[in-house]
Amino acid sequence: MARIAGVDLPKNKRGEIGLTYIFGIGRSTAQYILDKAGISLDKKVNQWNDEELNAIRNIITNEFKVEGQLRSEVQMSIKRLLDIACYRGLRHRKGLPLRGQRTRTNSRTRKGKRKTVAGKKKATKK
Amino acid sequence: MARSIKKGPYVADYLEKKVLAMNEGKTKKGVIKTWSRRSTITPDFVGNTFAVHNGNKFIPVYVTEFMVGHKLGEFAPTRNFKGHSSKKIA
Repeated sequence: MARIAGVDLPKNKRGEIGLTYIFGIGRSTAQYILDKAGISLDKKVNQWNDEELNAIRNIITNEFKVEGQLRSEVQMSIKRLLDIACYRGLRHRKGLPLRGQRTRTNSRTRKGKRKTVAGKKKATKK
Repeated sequence: MARSIKKGPYVADYLEKKVLAMNEGKTKKGVIKTWSRRSTITPDFVGNTFAVHNGNKFIPVYVTEFMVGHKLGEFAPTRNFKGHSSKKIA
């Protein structure tokens, strides 16, 4: 079982995919890491030997911010926006999209599940 | 698309002059009234107070160092939504 940065990697997946289970590593970062470590992208996670695992660990700790550290960095950036009360900060506070998307419909990802407003009637035909 | 780095950050000329004059103590300290919401906040702005127009009135904005790189307009909201009216009385 390969453990990197506090995460158990799925052992039956290709290395390129397995590494993406770490928060902060996607496909292209995973490819870069394996390239640099000189490991084939197609090698499964459970076929890595200790040497290869260490090489991967080294690259990740030296070059990338992952997991907890990255999460806290994201939180810090959001907190900064909230503290200076800029437009993006205000949108974060209200739980609405930040980048000028429409909110008349959609934006359910930010707004969460629909909350029905009681007493709001649909326009009736005469 | 982001602004070209070659050009540097955009700051309205008159605003920059006013800020520099104020920092050098040529004019007395006070609030700078401005309509230039599109001006970027540069490090020179830190510590000054701006009255930024929001289309209706001037919103006082005290600039701190964390605000550098944002635009003045980001700190003066143009919409004022206080929520929907709760239940109408029948």
